[in-house]
Amino acid sequence: MILVIAEQRDGRLNRASWEAIAAAQELAGAEPVTVAVAGRGVNAVAADLAAAAVARVLTVDDAALAAYTADGFVQAFRQVIDAVSPAYVVFPHTYQTRDFAPALAARLGRPLVTDVIGIKADGGPAFSRPMFQGKLVADVVLQGPAPHLVSVQIGAFRADAVKKGAAPAAVEAAAVTIDAAAIRQQAEAPFQEARQAVDLSQAERIVAVGRGIKQQDNVALAERLAAAFGAELAASRPICDNGWLPMERQIGSSGQTVAPKLYVALGISGAIQHLVGMKGARTIVAVNKDPEAPIFEVADYGIAGDLFEVAPAIIAELQK
Amino acid sequence: MKIAVCIKQVPTREWQPRLNDTGTWIREQDVSYEMNEPDAYALEEGLRLREKHGGEVVVCSAGPARVQQVIREALARGADRAVHVEDDRLAAADAYTAAVALAPAMAEEKFDLVLTGLQSDDQGHAQFGPVLAATLGVPHSTIIMAVEIDGARMRVKRELEGGWFQHVTMPLPALLTIQSGINQLRYATLKGIMAAKKKEIRKAAPPADLPAGLKVSALYVPQKTKQTVMIGGSAAEAAAELVRRLREEARAL
Ligand SMILES: Cc1cc2nc3c(=O)[nH]c(=O)nc-3n(C[C@H](O)[C@H](O)[C@H](O)COP(=O)(O)OP(=O)(O)OC[C@H]3O[C@@H](n4cnc5c(N)ncnc54)[C@H](O)[C@@H]3O)c2cc1C
Ligand SMILES: Nc1ncnc2c1ncn2[C@@H]1O[C@H](COP(=O)(O)O)[C@@H](O)[C@H]1O
Repeated sequence: MILVIAEQRDGRLNRASWEAIAAAQELAGAEPVTVAVAGRGVNAVAADLAAAAVARVLTVDDAALAAYTADGFVQAFRQVIDAVSPAYVVFPHTYQTRDFAPALAARLGRPLVTDVIGIKADGGPAFSRPMFQGKLVADVVLQGPAPHLVSVQIGAFRADAVKKGAAPAAVEAAAVTIDAAAIRQQAEAPFQEARQAVDLSQAERIVAVGRGIKQQDNVALAERLAAAFGAELAASRPICDNGWLPMERQIGSSGQTVAPKLYVALGISGAIQHLVGMKGARTIVAVNKDPEAPIFEVADYGIAGDLFEVAPAIIAELQK
Repeated sequence: MKIAVCIKQVPTREWQPRLNDTGTWIREQDVSYEMNEPDAYALEEGLRLREKHGGEVVVCSAGPARVQQVIREALARGADRAVHVEDDRLAAADAYTAAVALAPAMAEEKFDLVLTGLQSDDQGHAQFGPVLAATLGVPHSTIIMAVEIDGARMRVKRELEGGWFQHVTMPLPALLTIQSGINQLRYATLKGIMAAKKKEIRKAAPPADLPAGLKVSALYVPQKTKQTVMIGGSAAEAAAELVRRLREEARAL
């Protein structure tokens, strides 16, 4: 049996849960899949999940789980796992999974493989995951007794590949008791920083600058390139971390998600946390001195070269 | 306040991957190393908390002898002393194994606060912190962008996806995984580098039986799935060809 841990917030399902179900169905073959979801007031979410071709959907509904905490979720899912004895537990690799799944694995004394992008049935199975900033991929085999825990990278499995059931699956409350006094974290309501002045999601063209720009002074070159394209200027995270551009211009999992007509990545390596924010762009151009940089994997047009030569040449060409 | 900062030594960003003969790991001979970037932010946060609340900052690292390079660097940046769990078997250890290896030596120290990076730039498991917290029996929170300590409790700002945040409060002792950008880094001064030479590095052995861990059966360069048009030639030629294609083919201009 394979257990999927779905994720919801305030009664809204995180879409990545479907991707985890798709991965579990691929991994399961003929074995049954069970989905579990925890929180407060999760029945509507459970009913949605029951549309998938799964054996059943288990709910853990408890006032102490209304706001997500690592301790609360480790308690809840440890009991679910003990009760159903799955061979594998599959999670979407969200920030919430990052927060509690490794602690859950440690409590269970079982291995967890994170950020999985593919499953190879032969050899164990083997789980493929990026390593070394996406420059390499590792096939990982999990050893020791079950259950084995697996989190799947956002976007790596297709939500629309989920097999749907002929009739809705049964929804059942899992027999779990939460000891609220043992939850050490107290969580407040999620919030966004003050309204952002720039809404990059509306931009037609974006020039995004990464660490390849080397120094704050050089950001002006990216600005000139953006002006020449009639584009908004954006950045990868390290540029904003350094304070070279404001956070509101950051593209990626912790920044904005954009889908412009044209996205020019200047000196950006193409880490997955950046790619999730821009791979929906219609045309992607990458300029990077490293011909093996992962950004070329998503680019339509690539120039393997020094941005300090290439960017001025593009500016000159556009101004002709 | 007694603060631990866990630091991992990782290949430099410029390092070009080369594989060993069996295609199961990297060729270690070719690698030059540096401090994992988020760990530098964790260290800086530890130093700032020490400036505010007093106490000491202890660098903790698990790995073979070579990791002394980043331990020394952390000492030069201002950490007070270090704990090095040294073992050649830890050279390519995954996060779970590294956390189990470091835990006993760290438990002895009874830290009030343990800081780690949120993710390693090499293996990228994003697991070490929560595993260590569970092993030490302390509460934790991850991807932290601000820390306020008030006596025996602390309130932290946790990053969520897409520009959302959340405050979380918990009692000390506790563990936090720190996100890059939480502060502005300071670098080692010559004085710091000199002072680091005299600082103590306590060596400890890992527990005798380490977990089996994750087994890497193959390591390889990812296969290209997209047909990227690579444009060659001089910078001027490439620029002209790119602009032509963006106008005529992609109609993006
Ligand atoms: C939880 C989490 C959330 C994150 N959120 C985000 C996010 O929202 N957005 C984001 O961007 N990142 C995010 N990151 C960080 C991400 O993992 C990468 O570290 C980051 O995107 C790297 O930025 P970069 O490509 O600019 O830098 P690097 O990875 O250092 O790449 C620099 C590139 O520049 C190239 N280069 C160097 N010199 C030149 C030159 N002269 N000419 C041309 N090319 C050159 C290099 O070959 C290299 O490929 C997140 C990470 C985590 C763990
Ligand atoms: N061998 C190690 N020694 C000390 N700290 C480590 C080690 N491995 C991982 N860490 C810490 O754990 C964080 C997350 O690593 P990982 O779980 O591998 O992504 C890193 O940023 C370090 O702070």
